[in-house]
Amino acid sequence: MSCVSFSTANQSPRPAETHPLTWRLRDDGEPVWLDEYLRQNGYAAARKALAQFSPEQITQLVKDSGLKGRGGAGFPTGVKWGLMPQDDTQNQRYLLCNADEMEPNTYKDRLLMEQLPHLLIEGMLISARALKAYRGYIFLRGEYVDCARHLKRAIAEAEAAGLLGRNILGSGFDFELLVHSGAGRYICGEETALINSLEGRRANPRAKPPFPAAVGVWGKPTCVNNVETLCNVPAIIGNGVDWYKALARPGSEDMGSKLLGFSGKVKHPGLWELPFGIPARELLEDYAGGMRNGARLKAWQPGGAGTGFLLPEHLDAPMCSSGIAKVGTRMGTGLAMAVDDRVNMVGLLRNMEVFFARESCGFCTPCRDGLPWSVKLLSALQRGEGQPGDLDILEQLCNFLGPGKTFCAHAPGAVEPLASALKYFREEFEAGIASMPPTPSNQALAV
Amino acid sequence: MTDSLIQTDRFTLSASERLAIEHELAHYEDPRAASIEALKIVQQQRGWVPDAAIPAIGEVLGIPASDVEGVATFYSQIFRQPVGRHIIRLCDSMVCYLQGHESIQAALQQRLGIGLGETSSDNRFTLLPVCCLGNCDKAPSLMIDDDTYGHLDADNLAQLLERYP
Repeated sequence: MSCVSFSTANQSPRPAETHPLTWRLRDDGEPVWLDEYLRQNGYAAARKALAQFSPEQITQLVKDSGLKGRGGAGFPTGVKWGLMPQDDTQNQRYLLCNADEMEPNTYKDRLLMEQLPHLLIEGMLISARALKAYRGYIFLRGEYVDCARHLKRAIAEAEAAGLLGRNILGSGFDFELLVHSGAGRYICGEETALINSLEGRRANPRAKPPFPAAVGVWGKPTCVNNVETLCNVPAIIGNGVDWYKALARPGSEDMGSKLLGFSGKVKHPGLWELPFGIPARELLEDYAGGMRNGARLKAWQPGGAGTGFLLPEHLDAPMCSSGIAKVGTRMGTGLAMAVDDRVNMVGLLRNMEVFFARESCGFCTPCRDGLPWSVKLLSALQRGEGQPGDLDILEQLCNFLGPGKTFCAHAPGAVEPLASALKYFREEFEAGIASMPPTPSNQALAV
Repeated sequence: MTDSLIQTDRFTLSASERLAIEHELAHYEDPRAASIEALKIVQQQRGWVPDAAIPAIGEVLGIPASDVEGVATFYSQIFRQPVGRHIIRLCDSMVCYLQGHESIQAALQQRLGIGLGETSSDNRFTLLPVCCLGNCDKAPSLMIDDDTYGHLDADNLAQLLERYP
């Protein structure tokens, strides 16, 4: 029986030259264990990194490759690594893998961890060497029980083969890797909330600065990277920076390949490793097979619940940071969602804001109180009981909960789709306003 | 309510629970970090975390019971009241919503006679909403205990529940 994550990525052509993340996937969707991984050149990049490069050289290569974080924010990975202290006496350092995949419409890290656990371990080993980390934790969401099982088995295999532990491959480098399973709550994916959660605290985000590179888990220098980000590292070291940069389509300022997806009422919902810069239309039509019979595309979201809605006319935008920024939102995770013409945007946004309100950590007022307010308004509009002025309040909330006005990026992510839906589909929200506002007299009439 | 209070007042961690929690301590720099895992260990044995387990865990970890309580009430997968034999985690995220999550939820509620957050009268199922299960290409999706299922509809739902007596 293949993994839960068996998908179109297992069924598509995936030559090693162009598919550094997925070329080792098996057709049957079973996990690739150590023997098979080694036969496919596995851990060759780690050997090369440990034998040929200093930590600083590895960091420089990752900087030069242009690799950016694949968790949704897109911060340059090499720059993040470079923030770790130069002072070598601060020798208790941690590498945390953010495997708390909970963003609605995100199903990429599950695939990597379930089916290619050794790719993540190899990526973490090389990254830990660059960061001079002696221990790593994979912070895994609790519901990913198969990932936990596969990662633990793969870690045991790597330890037995001398690929983790003391004096790895005779390099003198020690690195220990542990799986930490969470207990729910979307906010754990925010990197400082993740650190608090790992320390056994409530997952409230921390103030920045200080950044985790200076003061992270247990007050020590810490780097937090997403699963897919870390899985890119072996190929960068193994095949070189020039090869890596050439993977993306010309014009894309993001380098390498990306796990991209399309879900919703498309013919073949799925996940594919594709070059950065591929037009969204190609992803939708050539890979996802276009819309299902009878469904017409009304709107789409490029990369998770925290990104804005776009229209069919935006489909020619290339799937890369600048391409999606040009049409007014962020690429996020790059796993897109198609909304068909039979979906009412008010109901869809209510579903999304219920999620964001429930998952607010409750620490800061705009988020804790603003998101439930938006749910209340959207619910009333959906029932056709909205009041005049409700749309103005929703727009105010989009402003008051926006970037820079809350403690972390949770609320700004929550209002981004709302603001775009109000912009493009205002008439659907207006239609939810009751024709006659309830007053004591007409309420009595209704009874 | 009175019954459960009387029961929980007599709470002691079993030897195996204590051992499992102490084993976890080795994985972290600070005992506090094992608090979530400790709650999960107790929950695994008993299905849920009774109030009186909180000070007992605090004692093993050497942290105040109030801190353990703070953690136990924050995380959605720590259960603070008894649950059924099987936990249904129904994904309510937007892709499942687009693919008919509401009809799945209605079918489940009707069949089990319960709402979200409730346990069926025969104690067989507890129904909970959950964040996106990362199975969006196979939506709508849910988990029963440790098993994840996709492509749900009202027909295959009934057969699925039969697998969990």
